[in-house]
Amino acid sequence: MSAVATANAKTLPLTGEGVEEARVVPAVAGWRPASAALRAAVPVLALEDISVSFGGVVALRDVDLRVAEGEIRAVIGPNGAGKSSLLNVVSGLYRPDRGRVQLGDRHFSHVPTSRLAGFGVARTFQNLALFKGLSVLDNVMMGLVHRRRAGFLQQIAGTPWARREEAANRAAAEEIVGFLHLTEASERIAGTLPYGLQKRVELARALVARPKLLLLDEPLAGMTLTEKQELSRHIRNARDSYGTTIVLIEHDIGVVMDLSDSITVLDHGCKIADGTPDQVRANQAVIDAYLGVAHGDETELAS
Amino acid sequence: MPAPSIRASRLTSNHIGIALLLGVAYGIVPFTGSEYLLDAILTPFLALALAAVGLNVLTGYAGQVSLGSAAFLAVGAYAAYNFNLRIPELPFLVSLLLAGLVAALVGLVFGLPSLRLRGFYLAVSTLAAQFFVQWALTKFGWFSNDNPSGVIDAPTLNIAGIPVSGAERRYVFSLTIVLIATFLTVRLLASQSGRNFIAVRDHEIAAKVIGVPLLRTKLLAFGISSFLIGIAGVLWAFAYLRTVEPAGFNLDRSFQILFIIIIGGLASIRGSFLGAAFIVVFPLLLSRVGAALLGNVFDSGVLEMSQRIVIGGLIIGLLIAEPRGLIALLDRFSIRVFRKPRHANQQPN
Repeated sequence: MSAVATANAKTLPLTGEGVEEARVVPAVAGWRPASAALRAAVPVLALEDISVSFGGVVALRDVDLRVAEGEIRAVIGPNGAGKSSLLNVVSGLYRPDRGRVQLGDRHFSHVPTSRLAGFGVARTFQNLALFKGLSVLDNVMMGLVHRRRAGFLQQIAGTPWARREEAANRAAAEEIVGFLHLTEASERIAGTLPYGLQKRVELARALVARPKLLLLDEPLAGMTLTEKQELSRHIRNARDSYGTTIVLIEHDIGVVMDLSDSITVLDHGCKIADGTPDQVRANQAVIDAYLGVAHGDETELAS
Repeated sequence: MPAPSIRASRLTSNHIGIALLLGVAYGIVPFTGSEYLLDAILTPFLALALAAVGLNVLTGYAGQVSLGSAAFLAVGAYAAYNFNLRIPELPFLVSLLLAGLVAALVGLVFGLPSLRLRGFYLAVSTLAAQFFVQWALTKFGWFSNDNPSGVIDAPTLNIAGIPVSGAERRYVFSLTIVLIATFLTVRLLASQSGRNFIAVRDHEIAAKVIGVPLLRTKLLAFGISSFLIGIAGVLWAFAYLRTVEPAGFNLDRSFQILFIIIIGGLASIRGSFLGAAFIVVFPLLLSRVGAALLGNVFDSGVLEMSQRIVIGGLIIGLLIAEPRGLIALLDRFSIRVFRKPRHANQQPN
């Protein structure tokens, strides 16, 4: 509460009764500056001075990042800029050479991947990472595996506890499958579905546990424009319905500008810009990184 | 011989088929089958099928390659022999269960390298189990009650006071054990643990990120697999051969079980049974056909060579044309014949 109060104190001319006032602030509709500051007080994800290198190749250099609750944050940059490395650091697949990762109120120098789901973090992968031999519904149910407690003997015997767990997970999976309009495909084997649907199944699997933080690595890659628009809508819906904070990597600048609240731009492992879509669009360093030299070619980026 | 399908909630033609097969297996075969059919074909078929189910849990479902199956057969056989010999008060079914548990424990130990090794390298490390167990059973006389060459003679079994003697009873005993074990395995595979196996097989990193406990899942696969193969080993030694030696559980036997699941169908319980039937019946057919066509030229040496050539060729052909094995061919065939309105993409188990 004190953090909230100080965050408020910066924007509100409050005195002694700061704590009392702070309680009311979130209820004040449309008062964006205060509520933004309030949310920023405890970021869902924060990176401090993250550096990663492989041998002599630097993938990320002193990257800072703060993502507030409920935000859709895009990470963009040319190929090899370190975008996927960033997500791999957050999900613990890479151990950074330096720096710290903060998830909610936990700090890590190396995020323990096996506990990630328990922290409320889910992710998708750049190349599909579905379990190809399982049905769509079973894939989605896998997204709840970290909550399973019944042992294998109970599962074989079908004890009431194991059955309840199974039924609850199945219901949750069916709900998310319906939410993403996958019901008709839910009994199909995931590996036999067309690419666009597989991408959506992966999103469903990531969403089923209602994660606090969702990391999407090029969720729209390789899709047609219609598919991109549809999936963007689903991603936005997920944030609006479940309050999920989303960090996504995407190449399609047009989609990114529409979808995200704020954008971080990486180039050669360094963060070169951070801000709202409009700020990023006007940023000269970003234009240079994307277009090489050309000054005055902003129209292409802005289109 | 189909086992229940994984998604066994509705009454389907599949269930009727299983009920029919069970009716024949219990109601007709024991009374009409010749001693040769029961003793030399069906009983070894059942034991091999169970071993194949066990290996399929590990390799087909959980994606961990093993070349040590024969070692777990041997552990099961020798463990049951020793429980039976040294604690005679134990009912045989308890000894059977304990033998499976001992095999599972040995399997857990040899499954530990799977945390660091995969694919080919893991297969090589499971060879350690193969050679170690065979060596230990020959080296330490205690296991075989001090028989100089490690041979054990299985005593006649007693189940609840009824002696399991004669081909029919040994067959019915094996059938019952195999069915129960298969039924429980199917239940396991349809549960969350079974999904975890497939997740680890299909995408280990995604499985880890999502929260599948890799260590526990892999070890569970090794444990369950070795348990089933251990039980199969007890059947092999007590119901089929009745006199076994460590040399009978050599690398050839491990490969035979691996071939059963490759030919029958990876990640398919029904495939395990089909593959086992093929491996048992095929040499007999080949020798009949060969003798009829070539007469005396077709002696046992030629038989063995031609058998290896055909099986080798079949494996290569299947791996190229239909990696899901004979069961996938059979399913496609039966869909065409019976025109079942079934989802073409649904993968049967």
